[in-house]
Amino acid sequence: MKKVYSRIESITGNVIAVRADGVSYGELAEVSTRFGVSLAEVIRLDGDLVSLQVFAGGRGISTGDEVRFLGNPMRVSFSDALKGRIFNGAGEPRDRGPVLSENLIPIGGPSVNPVNRIIPREMIRTGIPMIDLFNTLVKSQKLPIFSVSGEPYNQLLARIAMQAEVDLIILGGMGLKHDDYLYFKDTLEEGGSLAKTIMFVHTAADPVVECLMVPDISLAVAERFALKGLNVLVLLTDMTNFSDALKEIAITQEQVPSNRGYPGDLYSQLASRYEKAVDFSDSGSITILAVTTMPGDDVTHPVPDNTGYITEGQFYLKGGRIEPFGSLSRLKQMVNGKTRADHRAIMDGMIKLFAAYRDTLEKKSMGFQMSAWDKKLLKYGELFESQMMDLSVNIPLEKALDKGWEILAECFEPEETGLQTKLLDQFWPKKA
Amino acid sequence: MTTTKGSVTGVNGNMVTVKVDGAVSMNEVAFIVLGDKRLKAEVIRVRGDSVQTQVFEITKGIKVGTQVEFSGEMLAVELGPGLLGKIYDGLQNPLPEVAIKTGNFLEAGVYLDALPRGAVWAWTPTAKPGDAAERGDQLGTVPEGSFTHRIMVPFNLFGSYTVKSLAPAGSYKITDTVAILVDEDGHESAVTMMFEWPVKRAVDCYAERLKPVEPMVTKTRIIDTFFPVAKGGTYCIPGPFGAGKTVLQQVTSRNADVDIVIIAACGERAGEVVETLKEFPELMDPRTGKSLMERTIIVCNTSSMPVAAREASVYTAVTMAEYYRQMGLDVLLLADSTSRWAQAMREMSGRLEEIPGEEAFPAYLESVIASFYERAGIVRLRDGGKGSVTIGGTVSPAGGNFEEPVTQATLKVVGAFHGLSRERSDARKYPAIHPLDSWSKYGGIMSQDSVAWAHWFLERGSEVGQMMKVVGEEGTSLDDFLVYLKGEFLDAVYLQQNSFDPVDASVSPQRQKAVFAKTIKVLGSSFDFKDKESARTWFNGLRQTFLDMNSVEWDSDAYKKADSGLTDFVASRATGLDPKAVRILESLE
Repeated sequence: MKKVYSRIESITGNVIAVRADGVSYGELAEVSTRFGVSLAEVIRLDGDLVSLQVFAGGRGISTGDEVRFLGNPMRVSFSDALKGRIFNGAGEPRDRGPVLSENLIPIGGPSVNPVNRIIPREMIRTGIPMIDLFNTLVKSQKLPIFSVSGEPYNQLLARIAMQAEVDLIILGGMGLKHDDYLYFKDTLEEGGSLAKTIMFVHTAADPVVECLMVPDISLAVAERFALKGLNVLVLLTDMTNFSDALKEIAITQEQVPSNRGYPGDLYSQLASRYEKAVDFSDSGSITILAVTTMPGDDVTHPVPDNTGYITEGQFYLKGGRIEPFGSLSRLKQMVNGKTRADHRAIMDGMIKLFAAYRDTLEKKSMGFQMSAWDKKLLKYGELFESQMMDLSVNIPLEKALDKGWEILAECFEPEETGLQTKLLDQFWPKKA
Repeated sequence: MTTTKGSVTGVNGNMVTVKVDGAVSMNEVAFIVLGDKRLKAEVIRVRGDSVQTQVFEITKGIKVGTQVEFSGEMLAVELGPGLLGKIYDGLQNPLPEVAIKTGNFLEAGVYLDALPRGAVWAWTPTAKPGDAAERGDQLGTVPEGSFTHRIMVPFNLFGSYTVKSLAPAGSYKITDTVAILVDEDGHESAVTMMFEWPVKRAVDCYAERLKPVEPMVTKTRIIDTFFPVAKGGTYCIPGPFGAGKTVLQQVTSRNADVDIVIIAACGERAGEVVETLKEFPELMDPRTGKSLMERTIIVCNTSSMPVAAREASVYTAVTMAEYYRQMGLDVLLLADSTSRWAQAMREMSGRLEEIPGEEAFPAYLESVIASFYERAGIVRLRDGGKGSVTIGGTVSPAGGNFEEPVTQATLKVVGAFHGLSRERSDARKYPAIHPLDSWSKYGGIMSQDSVAWAHWFLERGSEVGQMMKVVGEEGTSLDDFLVYLKGEFLDAVYLQQNSFDPVDASVSPQRQKAVFAKTIKVLGSSFDFKDKESARTWFNGLRQTFLDMNSVEWDSDAYKKADSGLTDFVASRATGLDPKAVRILESLE
C-alpha cells in the first residue's frame, strides 16, 4: 500500500506541491478532493518537494486534501475493446461504457529509430480534388490544416476521416466545443465509421491539464495498432489549444517565456508528437492530420510557425476552400508520378493558370481593361473555383483529372495551356 | 572512471540536480543508474556539492535518491578508421546497430561502440623507431575506402615523444597496439588506432591557420558565381519553412567538391534524414566512382529525439570533421538546423533559471555560435600539407524574420550568407537564394569585377520592376524596360537551376564560365526594339532557347549546336556591345 500524504504545501494554478519521498519523475498520483478524485502527474522534483499538475485543475483543492502516489507513469489501456469508444483526456470513458484497465501501456514513449523508417510511397485517397490532385496526402505524412476560427476545419477533418481508406481512425480533440464534439460523433455514427474510430476528447469545459494528455494518449494507442499492422489515421484538433495549454502550465511554473508567452521548448513539444507519424517497414503506419488555427490568420504566429518547420507541408483552409497557394504537400512527389501520366502536368498546369487568373482579378479590381486572354482566364478561374476547389466536390482522383481536362478545354485552346504536346494529344477532350 | 558518486536531489524536465560526495569537473559525463539502465548526462553547473546535469534521455522514472556515477571524462567521441559511411545519433551511437539491438524504437540507456571493434585494418607503419613525435603526427596508415587514413599520435597525448617501436605491417583491430611512444621522462604510452577526444574542444594540432581563398565548388550556379564559399570558410542558409533549405543542403552534400561530407541533421524531420539514408548508398560519387555513402558520415538527432543530445550532435559532427582534416582532407560539415541547436541551449538555460537574453535565448548564445563556426578553417599541418573544414549551417528563423537572435548571431561570424526568401520559393524560383539580400566575402570562380557588373542588372532591374508596379509599363522608358528584362533574364537562366533535371542539377565550373560569358554577352548588348511588346517577346524566346540549352549534356554535339544557335539568336537583334562587357568577356576567355 502506497503512502498517503495529507499536507499540500502550495497550490498555484493547476500545480500543487507536497513533501514526499521515493517519488519518480513522471509518476501519477490521485488527489482526493471534496469534488471527487483526480489524477495528477509529477512534473518536478526538488529535494522532497514534489510538484504535480492536477488533471481536474487546482480549483477547490484544500491544503488538507489527500495525495496518494500510484507508483506508475500515465498509462492507457490498449486492446481491440477501445474501438468505437469515447474517452476523455485522462483516459476515462465519456460514453457511459465500461472502464478499461487491462493491458496498460505507457504514453509518450521513445522515438522511432530513423534507420527503421522507410521512404513513404502510398497515397491516401480522400475524394477531395484539392488534396488528391493538387496536394496528395501520403501514408505516414504529418500534415496540419492551417485555418482561422470560424472556418469549417472540423467538417473537413470529419470528411477526410469518413472517406480516407484507413483501418482505424483516432480522433484527439483538444479544447473542442461541445457542439463540435457532438458533430464528430454524429457524423461518424451516420457514416458508419464509429466502429473503426477511437475518440479521446477534451472539450473546452474540461480541465486544461487533460488537454495536454490528448495527443500522447492518442498517439500511444495509434502506435500500438500500427505495430499490429493497421494503417492508422490520427486526427488532432486543435493543436493551437494544446500549445496554449502548454503555455498556461509553463507560466504557472514560472518558466521564462520565449515568444509571445510560449515556452522555449514549444518546438520540441510539438515535434515529439508530430514525429510519431511513421511507416514501419514490417507493419502498419501512422498518418497525422492536425488542425492548427492561426490567431489573426497570421502564419508567423509561434504555433503555426513552429508547426510548419516540423510537418511535411500544410493545407491552408480559407474562405471554406483549400487554397492552392499556401498549401503544400512535401511528400506528393513520392506518389504522384505513379498515379496517371497526366497527374503532375495537370497539377502544375492548372495551378499556373490559376495564378494567372488571380493576377487578372487584381488587374480587374484596379480598373484595367480586360483583354481576350484575361476574359478566358476569368472564365477558367470561376470554373476552377466551383468545380475543383469547392469542398462539396467529391470525386476520385481519376474523375478529377478528367474534370481538369474538361475545364481546360472549355476555356482554352490546347496550345494556350502550356502543357506538353504529347499529353495534349492523349488527353485533350475531342469535341463532338 | 573516478570514484565520485552522487544521488539525485531534483528533476525538472531533462535537468537533474545531483548531490555529490567528491570532485567533479565541468562538462564531465555522469551516468544516472536507473535499474539496469545507465542514462548518460553531462555536468553543466557546479554549486558547492550540488551539481546540475543535462540528461541525454527521457527522465521519466528518476527518483530523489537515485544513484549517479561520475566518469571523470568530458563528453567525447571515438576517432579512428571506420567512421566513414556510418550513421550516428548525437552521442555517436551507431543507429543501425542500435536498431538490431532494440528494434523499432530508441530505448533509453543503450550506448554502443561507435567504431566496430571486430573490423581489421591493413596497417602500414610510416614512422621509424627513434623519430620524434607530437600529437597529430603520422605513425602509419590504413586504407579506408578510397582514402588513406592516417593513424596519428592521439591528440590527447600532450608533450613530446619518441617513437620506441611500431607494429610491423599487417592486419590489426583498432584496439590493438600499433606503436609505443616514450615521453621525456621515459614513460611509455601504447598507441592504438583509435582514441577519444572531447567534443567541445577544438582540435588544435596544426602549424597554422590559413586564409580561406580556394573556392569550394558546389555546382550550383548562384553560389559558385555570385555568392561563393571558400574551402575552410563558413556560410549560413537562413530561410522560412518551405523555402528549400534542406533540399539545397542535400544537393550540396552530393555535389560539393570536397573529400568528405558530414551531415548533422540536428532537430529536423526524421523523414528527410531517411531520404539521405536510403538514397546515398545508391548514388555514385562522380569523383571516385564509388557510392556517395563512402565519403559521408551522418549524425542525426531528429526533432523527437532527446533535446540535450541535439545540442551535443553538432559538436560530435565537427569533431569528426576536424579529425579527417588532420589527414590533409577537405571536409564539409552541413548542419541542419543550427536554430534547433540554439533552441536546445535555450531550453536548458531556462531550466537553469539563467537570466534570459533576447527571445529568452541565453546571453552566451552569440559567443557559443561564434566559437562553433570558428572551428571551420583551412590549416597547414605540421607535415606541410593542408586540410580544411568548411561549415554550412541552415537557420530556421521564427516567422521567417531574419532579425531574430540566432540569424543575427550567425551572420556576424560567417563568411557568406545565402538568404532564402519565401517570395522566391512561392514563385517556384529555385534555389530560392535571394540575389539582392545575400552576400559573400569569399572570392569565387569568376572575377569579382564581372560578378559585380552582372549583379548591377539584378539590382537595377528590380528597381525598375518596383517602379513599374506604380507607374505601369506605360510610364517606363524603353531603356529602363530593357534593363528590367535583362535582369529577369539573368535570374531565369542563370540564378535559377532545376535540381530535378539530371543535367541542370550540377553544373561544372567550366560550364558555368561558358554560360556566364553567354549571359554577359546578352546583358552587355544593345538592341533596337521598336516597342516593349517586341522586346518582351524576343526575350521570352531567348529565355526558352537558353533554358533548353541548360538541360543539354555539356560538350555534346547537341550542346555545340544549341550554343551556336543561341549565338545566332542574339546576333540577330544585337546592335552593339558595351565596352565594359567586352573587357569582361576577354577576361573570361
